[in-house]
Amino acid sequence: MESTIIKSRNFNASFGSNHVVRNVNIDIPRNQIVAVMGPSGCGKTTYLRCINRMHELIPGATSEGEMLLNDEDVYKMHPIFVRLKIGMVFQRPNPFPNLSIYDNVIAGYKLNGIKLPKAERDRIVEHSLTRVALWSEVRDSLNKKGSFLSGGQQQRLCIARAVAMEPEVILFDEPTSALDPISTSTVEELFHELKANYTLIVVTHNMQQAARVSDKTAFFFLGELVEYDETRTMFTNPKDNRTQNYITGRFS
Amino acid sequence: MQAKSVKYRLGKSYGFQLLTYLLAFAIVVPLLAILFYIVRAGITKINWHFLVNIPKPVGESGGGIANAIVGSIIIILVAAVIAVPIGIMAGIYLSENRKSKLAYWVRLSTDILQGVPSIVIGIIAYFWLVKPLRGFSALSGSAALAIMMLPIIVRSTEETLRLLPDSLKEAALALGMPFHRVIFKVIVPVGIGGILSGVMLSIARITGETAPLLFTAFGNPYLSVNIAKPMQSLPLLIFNYATSPYTDWLNLAWGASLILLVWVLFLNILTKLLTRKWKVQL
Amino acid sequence: MENGMVTRSDIPLRVITSSPEAILKAKKRLRLSFRQIRRENIFNKTLMIMGLVMIILVVGILLTLIVQSMPSIKALGLKYIWGRTWNPVEDIYGAWPFLLGTLLTSFLALTISIPFSIAVAIFLGEYHATGWIPNFLKNAVELIAAVPSVIYGFWGLAVLVPMVRTFEGHVGVSPMGVGIFSSSLILAIMIIPYAASLGRSMISMVPSHLKEAAYGLGATRWEVIRSVVLPYTKSGLFAGILLSLGRALGETMAVTMVIGNSSAIPKSIFAPGNTMASVIANEFTEADKPVYLSALIELGLVLFLVTVVINMIGKRVIDRFTND
Repeated sequence: MESTIIKSRNFNASFGSNHVVRNVNIDIPRNQIVAVMGPSGCGKTTYLRCINRMHELIPGATSEGEMLLNDEDVYKMHPIFVRLKIGMVFQRPNPFPNLSIYDNVIAGYKLNGIKLPKAERDRIVEHSLTRVALWSEVRDSLNKKGSFLSGGQQQRLCIARAVAMEPEVILFDEPTSALDPISTSTVEELFHELKANYTLIVVTHNMQQAARVSDKTAFFFLGELVEYDETRTMFTNPKDNRTQNYITGRFS
Repeated sequence: MQAKSVKYRLGKSYGFQLLTYLLAFAIVVPLLAILFYIVRAGITKINWHFLVNIPKPVGESGGGIANAIVGSIIIILVAAVIAVPIGIMAGIYLSENRKSKLAYWVRLSTDILQGVPSIVIGIIAYFWLVKPLRGFSALSGSAALAIMMLPIIVRSTEETLRLLPDSLKEAALALGMPFHRVIFKVIVPVGIGGILSGVMLSIARITGETAPLLFTAFGNPYLSVNIAKPMQSLPLLIFNYATSPYTDWLNLAWGASLILLVWVLFLNILTKLLTRKWKVQL
Repeated sequence: MENGMVTRSDIPLRVITSSPEAILKAKKRLRLSFRQIRRENIFNKTLMIMGLVMIILVVGILLTLIVQSMPSIKALGLKYIWGRTWNPVEDIYGAWPFLLGTLLTSFLALTISIPFSIAVAIFLGEYHATGWIPNFLKNAVELIAAVPSVIYGFWGLAVLVPMVRTFEGHVGVSPMGVGIFSSSLILAIMIIPYAASLGRSMISMVPSHLKEAAYGLGATRWEVIRSVVLPYTKSGLFAGILLSLGRALGETMAVTMVIGNSSAIPKSIFAPGNTMASVIANEFTEADKPVYLSALIELGLVLFLVTVVINMIGKRVIDRFTND
């Protein structure tokens, strides 16, 4: 098994004439957590959304270059297939309001019309909710709608929903920025456990979070990938001046 | 000098306020007059006999408006069957394509259609359906009413879906869902309250319409359920009998007016309640 | 992926090392997605076609009206618009009596209803926006709009017309009861809600900081309304009046029942007359000659064009107002 799961080669993305991601070359290693950080507007979220082809949903959005998943160009596949293999968790928790907790977890199957036997469905739901440390909290309320859950629990539900699809990679777009500190730390603990089975790419504007959770960190600035290294090295001995300035808080 | 002028100005202000209050509440007077009159004139005419019989020929007393009640129900149902699917899908199209050139023209057409006088729509249905099919029919009446329902359904569907947060759609797409499933399994179910309220509103609007039916459904002295033939409806019956010189027919018209009024008011109240319950912005 | 067949490389690598059931599940998932992708294109096309239906309807209406008016346009030309006599028996078709009837009833109705509509709009938008009394008034206004026009006509015939008849007797005019005046009265009641609701929403949108500036200078309530609220909402109120006008022009049933149905040019507002809509309603099914029918359709075309233009101007004004 190759150790690099996602490769970007000369990857660019724009909104119309606004060139927001410039010539990114990066190798994401399998079963590790890669943090993507940088000041607002640096292109990190745009880059993330290019990986599972959500970027192109915006009118006028374009991209070019190679984005390879297991050496296959994601832009040569149908987007639906891409999203079955690469899941996403968003900034604001967004469980489906009209579905119960149970249905939310298997939404990826149910809403896609994939019929599974009840035993299988139950297994997936329990398995996914356990993986996000939510099973014991909701096992007795699986049929209720998720609106009574706290923000942190809702976000974990969304992670469970992504995990249920058994993707290879899970993308996280500032997953804890809308959560309180306790929920944030619960979600961060999850990352460490999820790593065993999935590759995680986490965009964050909070560099302390990047330092806490990730194995490798990528620093984006003005659309370019300025530096990409082992997290420990990045934060103790950055090679680029811009990285140095960002870490020391000269700009944010 | 200052004091006098201020008192004068304040007086004028209160005077204007009083005038505004008077004029504003004055509108309630004709409304109540009409409602009470219809109730008083119609309530004595309504009984079981009235509801289940068809009108008798001129000169014979008794008779009822069963053909008009059944006819109205059928014509409205068929109109809804035509208008609801087209309207909802057009509304979905508009909410998903906010900026495209085609969407602009669709939106403009919807606005224009909303302002077309109902008698003109009746004329159109005459040439599109009555003439080719060689005869008046309930179906052509339903088609005319459906054309009137469309703009309301399209607009309320578009507005409802537009208010839904983008994150809902994104969550579904990120799970690998194809677009049509995102719409039918996620977006529409969450927005169903607003969509249904729009449908109810459109039905409430066309229930009392007469002009589009004048030369389409045309009216029928007998009870018919054949949508390929002329059919009676409440507003048509009221119009024809109210303008006739026969007391028996006038009585039928009063009873029918009360029934129609209650029906329309009921639909409007229902729509109001549903809108409030689902907290929808129409 | 080759030729639409699922190949080994499509299946996530990890799965190969797990159970055969998991592989089956993954395969099933991918196969189902194929079907869905094909359906997606049909779905998108269907949505677009439904949207097109709206355009087709409007264009169709316009074309049908023009085509069916052609015989009349060809035979009569512009004389039609100024023709003062409408006598189908002798093949004379002049539309002026109906244009006049429509203008008279609509503008008279507007004039009567505007003070009331504006009063409601100011009351609800400025004086009392919330509370049970304003709610009552709001519901009353909606109720007025909800009552079917044929019921207004019936009531008008049974109650209003006799009242007008006695009034005409006192005033010394021939006491018919039906006529332009009666239909204007009914119409006035019916169109109150349109200017009132639009006016109310426009007035409630006046930014409070503008009003506060005026109060801060010691203005009375009426002065604030006169010098701040009304000027600010001028175009919005105008649009509301246009909307009421558009509604009045197209109103058919109540007018038909109360206007007296005379094709002669009305000599006074107490005389009977006809509007474009009412003459179509009355004579459409009796038009036995092609030119007769076509002349009526031409009226419909004029009615269509005029109401569409007025409604469009009104909407344009509202859009500009709400986007400023």
